[in-house]
Amino acid sequence: MRNFQFYKEKFIEFLLFGCAFLSVIATIGIALTLIVEAIAFFKIVSLKEFFTSSEWTPMFSEAKYGIAPLIAGTFLTTIIALLVAIPFGTIIAVFLSEYANKKFREAIKPVLEVLTAIPTVVFGYFALLFITPKLQVLLPDLPGFNVLSAGLVMGVMIIPYVSSLSEDAMQSVPNSLREGAYALGATKLRTAFTVIFPAALSGITSSYILAISRAVGETMIVAIAAGMQPNLTLNPTEPAQTITAYIVQVSMGDLPHGTIGYQTIFVAGLVLFIFTFLFNILGVYLRRRFREVY
Amino acid sequence: MNNGKDNYALESKNVNFFYGSKQALENITMQIPEKKVTALIGPSGCGKSTYLRLFNRMNDLIAGTKVVGEVLVKNQDIYKNNVDLVELRQHVGMVFQKSNPFPKSIFDNVAYGPRAHGIKSKDQIAYIVERSLRQAALWEEVKDSLNKNATALSGGQQQRLCIARALAVEPDVLLMDEPASALDPIATQKIEELIMDLKQNYTIVIVTHSMQQAARVSDLTAFFYMGQLIEFGPTSKIFTNPSNTRTEDYITGKFG
Ligand SMILES: Nc1ncnc2c1ncn2[C@@H]1O[C@H](COP(=O)(O)OP(=O)(O)O)[C@@H](O)[C@H]1O
Ligand SMILES: [Mg+2]
Repeated sequence: MRNFQFYKEKFIEFLLFGCAFLSVIATIGIALTLIVEAIAFFKIVSLKEFFTSSEWTPMFSEAKYGIAPLIAGTFLTTIIALLVAIPFGTIIAVFLSEYANKKFREAIKPVLEVLTAIPTVVFGYFALLFITPKLQVLLPDLPGFNVLSAGLVMGVMIIPYVSSLSEDAMQSVPNSLREGAYALGATKLRTAFTVIFPAALSGITSSYILAISRAVGETMIVAIAAGMQPNLTLNPTEPAQTITAYIVQVSMGDLPHGTIGYQTIFVAGLVLFIFTFLFNILGVYLRRRFREVY
Repeated sequence: MNNGKDNYALESKNVNFFYGSKQALENITMQIPEKKVTALIGPSGCGKSTYLRLFNRMNDLIAGTKVVGEVLVKNQDIYKNNVDLVELRQHVGMVFQKSNPFPKSIFDNVAYGPRAHGIKSKDQIAYIVERSLRQAALWEEVKDSLNKNATALSGGQQQRLCIARALAVEPDVLLMDEPASALDPIATQKIEELIMDLKQNYTIVIVTHSMQQAARVSDLTAFFYMGQLIEFGPTSKIFTNPSNTRTEDYITGKFG
């Protein structure tokens, strides 16, 4: 009987280890695939061209392989999305955690979380067919495809990620700190921003990092609403293409295995992988840096 | 009852308190004099903390609570609508059972209250921080590490920091809810010495579960039992010659 227990424990341990191992293998496998194809790509295109050329036109007969326009597009949409998601998400979190009563909080949270359940294609067409025309009223020269509209809608989509995680972080700040501040005569607002917010900074930072990853990785909204033209610009009223949007665009075409066009997908994927990887490391670092012991 | 002869810092008249439908205080009428130490004793759950927290309206933070009756601070009913909580809590400071320093530097902890009340001058803040830490007998221990995180201090130091933080807003009344219950005997002794010092200038109300502590530090003692005030009077009398048998049973350790 004891033996059976022992083997059962061992088996479960093995199973759990296996699952963990599988995800590591999958990550390494993906990274390897990307790297192998990228190496093949860089046999043809020089690193210099890749990093310094200001055009990305792999499908043209006179092909140019500069990654900068895709990075600029990604950067720009991400910044716009964050300018929406971080302030609104944070304010909503502060409101829900420190001001709203429990009933209201329980009622509003699912509503916010529904936003995350909407397929991003829907957001994409919402940006293209609803937001862009509205923006064109304000900015008559705005083209039908533009980064601004895509970025704004993406920001709205990301708000619940920020608000939900930040709110959890603030809720987990012990009530004794709240009472300590109120007992000194601090107002709710002051308590929220000078005690609760800093004490929850580790969790709040994680929510921001998640928002960044989500924005960098978002595909459909930008593919639909921002146009499909790689464009080295930091002007949000122009069309542009992000790394992810490029990948879908090209993947939808019929590219023969082993051609340079096919390899560009993996190179773009590798760049994206490196970005998200760096953000995750930054996230882990910030979480440690701001971890508070109460 | 009193024709302005005595100065009561705090007063309650027929106060009933409810957590939802659960009544935690029944008809408490009590007058707490100025510049004295008043101890609240009684078995766990009898309503000491609830009573203490009436006076800075800390119970307001708990949803579904209700106060019936009058709670007076300096003869003002603090549950009237027009009461400024910020001002009230400046007059009536509180030290909690579990020390709760903010995860900030020692300096910023003590400076928190004055800053909240609008003091901006750096010199003035620094002056208040030093004065408060000296009052709380902590200055010598921390003067070289004011920028250190307060959560790194020992338990006893953290509690004295919380006292300094409360003193920094210059209250008249200090409410202390079992301030030494989590501390070792030496740290407890320091807190008690501090209370003896502070009573020259402050009205102190202290909840304690230690009868020795109540006997050592307080001038007056109130015995609570199941939400009722059983007996209130000079500490010497309560401990040597209580008029109620339940008080006697409690202080002689028959229950509690
Ligand atoms: N937040 C709360 N919600 C509901 N009941 C409470 C709450 N806090 C205290 N009580 C109840 O009120 C009574 C008095 O509690 P308390 O004032 O904390 O007692 P003491 O400080 O004397 O131990 C207890 O029966 C306790 O269970
Ligand atoms: Mg208590």
